[in-house]
Amino acid sequence: MVSAADIRSYLEEVSDPEIPVLTITDLGVVQQIYFQDQTWFVELTPTYSGCPAMQQIEADILSKLKEKGIENAQVKHVLSPAWTTDWISEEGRQKLRLYGIAPPVNEPDKSALFSEPPRVACPKCNSKDTRMVSLFGSTACKAHYQCNACQEPFDYFKCLK
Amino acid sequence: MQQPALFEYVLRIADDSLILGQRLGEWCGHGPILEEDIAMTNIALDLIGQSISLYDFAAELEGTGKNHDQLAYLRYENEYKNILLVEQPNGDFAMTILRQFFFDAFRLPFYEALMQSPVAQLAAVAAKSVKETRYHLKHTSEWVIRMGDGTDESHQRAQSAIDHLWRYTNELFYENEVDQTLQAEGKVPALSAIRTQWLSTVTNVLSEATLQIPTNDWKFDGGREGRHSEHMGYILSDLQYMQRAYPNMEW
Ligand SMILES: [Zn+2]
Repeated sequence: MVSAADIRSYLEEVSDPEIPVLTITDLGVVQQIYFQDQTWFVELTPTYSGCPAMQQIEADILSKLKEKGIENAQVKHVLSPAWTTDWISEEGRQKLRLYGIAPPVNEPDKSALFSEPPRVACPKCNSKDTRMVSLFGSTACKAHYQCNACQEPFDYFKCLK
Repeated sequence: MQQPALFEYVLRIADDSLILGQRLGEWCGHGPILEEDIAMTNIALDLIGQSISLYDFAAELEGTGKNHDQLAYLRYENEYKNILLVEQPNGDFAMTILRQFFFDAFRLPFYEALMQSPVAQLAAVAAKSVKETRYHLKHTSEWVIRMGDGTDESHQRAQSAIDHLWRYTNELFYENEVDQTLQAEGKVPALSAIRTQWLSTVTNVLSEATLQIPTNDWKFDGGREGRHSEHMGYILSDLQYMQRAYPNMEW
């Protein structure tokens, strides 16, 4: 019989539908994996409450497990503990950068209403001379930035804590 | 039903989120600039996502085997318990932003307090949503300041939005026996403490924006009791159309 570790390694082959260079394990949305009542349960936590990718991810998980010969699987959506960008793996951050998306940087004080936008390095030229164009980018999890040095417009994966 | 007060309470938060999300969604393809079109719909998605988690919990409490779609789409107008503020029309961009700002300034301290609830599902939704709400409030506050302290026209539009919407803000803090029951059981926060935080955010941002808090104290309410403004029926006819026309359809 397969183990939870095997299942997790299978899930390393499932990519995020919106950022296909990332796997769902890079993204950190897979929580506990356990076997109960003859069924494999995979706990999945949403990045944002309204993330429209969650249903697609669920379908992709089930079809990947089926492909590996596991028919008796279920995806359980869990909210707690709430997902944070800290759960994106180091490898995931590197992949984001290569893909042209700036990975989340540590924003010191999230509680301040009018803090300056975070200093984000341009994923193309690495310059720190960039500016935020809009707090909401192509998806809820990203902000829209532009590089002042090379003019590249890019997405910044917002810090969520 | 085991816990009717809790069921009602969860519906309120869910309905506020759903109806406001539906309103914001009307901007899709019509935003004044592309970035704002995207921001409005992203905030709408967050709100609708929050409502799904809450309707799931409400359905569990109701215990009649309904799912979140049936609660969202198949109730009658008087069964929706959202406040009147969230159903008000989008108006111009200033009206939409001010409506959202008054709401976000309430939602942030509300969720922060609700995170302490011993009801695990409420605390989990609050802990998830509080992070999103911080971004919403930051976004709307910046716009209030940009418009209020901007041109004569943007200032005047922002001020008229405030003058119009102010009468609906009192209902954010409406309490009845549902709140009394749950507060006595220590399950939900008292809204009076949240009102202090709300007023402080509103006062700070409006003063920075050179905008005035209206002096008249006209107050409208009724939403929490299921009595809605004339706009609600139109929202529901849009929102419920697919489920009424094709019962139980799924994507
Ligand atoms: Zn650059």
